[in-house]
Amino acid sequence: MGAPSIGRRRFLQVSAALGGGLLIGFVWPESARAGASTALLPEGDFAPNAFVRIATDGRVTVIINKSEMGQGPTTSLCMLLADELDADWPKVGFEFAPVDPVYAHPGFGIQMTGGSTSTFAMSIPMRQAGAAARALLVQAAANAWHVEASACRTEKSFVIHDASGRRSAYGDLADAAARLTLPADVPLKDPKDFRLIGKPLKRLDTPDKVNGTAVFAIDVHLPGMLTALVAHVPVFGGKAKRIDSAAALAIPGVKQVVDVGSGVAVIASSFWAAKKGRDALKLEWDLGPNAGMSSAGLRAQYKKLAEGPGMVAREDGDPKGAMNSAAQVLDVEYELPYLAHAPMEPLNCVVDLRADSMEIWAGTQFQTVDHAAASATAGLDPQKVKLHTTFLGGGFGRRANPASDYIVEAVKIAMAAKAPVKLVWTRDDDMRGGYYRPMWHSRIRAGLDASGAIASWMHTIVGQSFIVGTPFEPFIIKDGIDGTSVEGSADTDYAFPNLQVDLHTTTVGVPTLWWRSVGHSHTAFVIESFLDEVAHASKTDPLELRRKLLAGKPRNLGVLELAAEKAGWGTPLQHGHARGIAVHHSFESYVAAVAEISFEGGRLRVHKYTVAVDCGRVVNPDTVQAQLQGAVGFGLTATLYSAITLEAGRVVQSNFHDYKMLRVQEMPQVEVHIMPSEEPSTGIGEPGVPVMAPALCNAIFALTGKRLRNLPLREEDLRS
Amino acid sequence: MAIELNVNGEKRTLDVDPSTPLLWVLRETLELTGTKFGCGAAQCGACTVHLDGHAVRSCVVPVSAVAGKKVTTIEVSGNREVSALQKAWTAIDVPQCGYCQPGQIMSAAVLLAETTTPSDSDIDACMSGNVCRCATYVRIRSAIHDAAASLKGGK
Amino acid sequence: MRSTILTLCVLASTLLFAQCESAAPAPAKASGSGNLTEAWSTVYKVLQSPRCMNCHPAGDTPLVGEASQPHPQNVQRGPLGVGLFAMRCNTCHQTQNTEGPHLPPGAPRWQLPTRGMPLVFQGKSSRELCEQLSDPRRNGGKSPEELLEHVAKDPLVLWGWAPGEGRASVPVPHAEFVRAFQTWIESGCKYPGESRTLTKPGSGAP
Repeated sequence: MGAPSIGRRRFLQVSAALGGGLLIGFVWPESARAGASTALLPEGDFAPNAFVRIATDGRVTVIINKSEMGQGPTTSLCMLLADELDADWPKVGFEFAPVDPVYAHPGFGIQMTGGSTSTFAMSIPMRQAGAAARALLVQAAANAWHVEASACRTEKSFVIHDASGRRSAYGDLADAAARLTLPADVPLKDPKDFRLIGKPLKRLDTPDKVNGTAVFAIDVHLPGMLTALVAHVPVFGGKAKRIDSAAALAIPGVKQVVDVGSGVAVIASSFWAAKKGRDALKLEWDLGPNAGMSSAGLRAQYKKLAEGPGMVAREDGDPKGAMNSAAQVLDVEYELPYLAHAPMEPLNCVVDLRADSMEIWAGTQFQTVDHAAASATAGLDPQKVKLHTTFLGGGFGRRANPASDYIVEAVKIAMAAKAPVKLVWTRDDDMRGGYYRPMWHSRIRAGLDASGAIASWMHTIVGQSFIVGTPFEPFIIKDGIDGTSVEGSADTDYAFPNLQVDLHTTTVGVPTLWWRSVGHSHTAFVIESFLDEVAHASKTDPLELRRKLLAGKPRNLGVLELAAEKAGWGTPLQHGHARGIAVHHSFESYVAAVAEISFEGGRLRVHKYTVAVDCGRVVNPDTVQAQLQGAVGFGLTATLYSAITLEAGRVVQSNFHDYKMLRVQEMPQVEVHIMPSEEPSTGIGEPGVPVMAPALCNAIFALTGKRLRNLPLREEDLRS
Repeated sequence: MAIELNVNGEKRTLDVDPSTPLLWVLRETLELTGTKFGCGAAQCGACTVHLDGHAVRSCVVPVSAVAGKKVTTIEVSGNREVSALQKAWTAIDVPQCGYCQPGQIMSAAVLLAETTTPSDSDIDACMSGNVCRCATYVRIRSAIHDAAASLKGGK
Repeated sequence: MRSTILTLCVLASTLLFAQCESAAPAPAKASGSGNLTEAWSTVYKVLQSPRCMNCHPAGDTPLVGEASQPHPQNVQRGPLGVGLFAMRCNTCHQTQNTEGPHLPPGAPRWQLPTRGMPLVFQGKSSRELCEQLSDPRRNGGKSPEELLEHVAKDPLVLWGWAPGEGRASVPVPHAEFVRAFQTWIESGCKYPGESRTLTKPGSGAP
């Protein structure tokens, strides 16, 4: 594979082609459609494109158009650009991009971070941006030395002409380079020449994160800023009926109480005054149409729906016929609950609204969408609205809301306050604020032939769509099927000879949203657990069964074999220990995991996860390891503890005492193995999560014979 | 009401509602935003600071209880344990989103002040109040061991 | 006698009225009178109620809630009963209740008994607890008078009657408990039905 040479105009097309199925361009109705604004490029520096600036002192600033929520794009994207630029790594720093169409996701057409696509989508554009800057610097030096550009080379922020022994620092060339025209075609490096890409370089954001100076939106402080807390109706779809704000307004520091539609805001001089003010509000609610909702009622409704087929999402062969003539049929149901994202930094937003302009600070994953919503809410020309992306204290998809819920709420409060305002959601607000991973019910059946091989596989899925009613609908819902509801199942890599996946999309008064790994967070649990059931029913080793069904799928098999081998699958275990295995392909990456458990003192102890990943060419292997370590903990938390439940229309949980988090003493060892690969770099933020729950539950079955089909596990499931 | 605090070695006299949790006095009045708000209920540890050398969850400590005491936050300079932990945290890139990490470091600092060779169960006992949603726990544990070793070795 | 009863009634009603705010300490010298069986039964009921028993656990972890479940967050007693490292009791618990739902309760010197003197109530039968409570080698070295003073006045004990939002008060009014305790002390710390005193009053520290 030679060094690709890509003309500047073509990068969007090429990256989309590399993306295959990602060739979708969302058209966001309210976003500014203006072209790249030259006002974006800061003065004084050499800024050949929107992604890099080189100062005269040699500092290289990479403009990061992705949100940093821990998954490491700030460092990875810098590495991609800096490698092609041949920059001296210690001189490289970053800034978060403003909102502008030039920063749109090349595949999705809007500026956003999600779908584990940052590296995938931005690899070529970042490399191209670095290569372009390098080309101009080389040309500037060549011009000064009256030599050919091709006679020069670059190394660690120097252009060097070996023949004459001359060298010039990038900083010294910046002025001259700024005056040159970008050539039409700029070659990219052959991967064998990478100096930075592929190395476990230290993260650029770590120092500020360990000394307390990293700025999250909740940390932003403006002169004269007020703080607002909002009382939200306890049932989704309700609203305030009567507001008695007298006691609240009497609290020193409280400036205003205002109904902003999504709730009743208390605007005050400090968080504590706002909190005391909110506690003093006397509110009557019209609870609305969902006051009778309960988890028990929903579960019963979903179970009933699963009795019959939904809309067909996939049909291969004659699944019903093959099921009817099967020698043995397994027919079971799996249930997964609503899940909160619960990022460590509760939702918040700072808005500085002036007469004809606005500045917003938010840890957003959805720049274009939030910018458009904020502008529309304030009735301002989007060109006059600046949205600053800060660090995110966790996102997991919650900060990518098509409804821009907390952003719009903050703008409305700013409109009332007529002063800069920071909206803060408390943990309780955040936990009860909706936009959960949907609740899911699966009915899944396998028909085995006389030899125990799978003859038919039928999977009925019941749950909500969070895409319907959003501008994403035309792109993601096809023929009535929401792709995110059935992903991981309808597009399974397993070779089932007769296959049906069908979907009942429900309408429930609980707002839902994508949650780290989206549909795969439920389909992988169901499929990998049920496959384990089939393996045991047909007396086949779970690994062997997967090998058979994944024949001809080298990337799936590759991680499966690697994880199995490293975990010692098939070798004797310590007495009282058991292993469970799972493999899943999501967001173009492949992950397999083996969990090892035992019972200690009568309680489940998760000793270790052995994880193998194929995410194509790795930019920073340390980031990959970190993301998979994190996915173990994130996945385990959901498996063992997490559920958002409803009673009388209200969300029951409110904080970490009843939405329990995995803590350090329960974290297993994690061993990560990365498959070397030359394939295009694919995602790592989400692909680790789906395999964690089934690997664990398969291990529990191996140890106890108890098949666990409902998440989260109950206390009695965790005891021997 | 005027309250005198000693924060990171500096005496400050502040006019604040005495019932205000120390967390908000630090973050808003003093603009020391390294200490984080995660739950407001002593459930997550993101707000951990030291009060006379002991770890407290500043989200539930009323500032009135702090008068005359020494408050140490993540912004402190020259604290032996905090510095060693920050170095160890950086050496193996512990943080992901980073929001919980100041609290993690402040809790771990108490452990290292009280024991030179913390065992894994010491780490469990000390750090179980600090939630990390990104689940960086494997590296937190490693970095604590590294920091302890570096302090023992006199680095 | 009548004026004493009157005083007690006034005091009791004052205490009942003040129960939501704080339990004012009952006078240590109030005379307990009445039936030993009833009195000890009252004492045992109080000591076995969650507000008391939760901090007098059998194991190394305090208990929480009406169902006396192990304290979350891996909290441990530690040798001195004050927790460990960055998980000391006063890492989270203040000297007064933190106001609001699911927020930490608090009182002065919020802690467990030490490992060396665990003062376990959990799992003790009525007789076992009676024996333990009257034995200075197992009750923290307290004389009966000191025990009475403790239950009448110690702020940590009184917390049980003003435990904060979401927690039920001890199911016996404090004054009644103190009276019952007094009766038990005056009986010679006897277990009901026993003919001899289990431990001599004022036996002194271990």
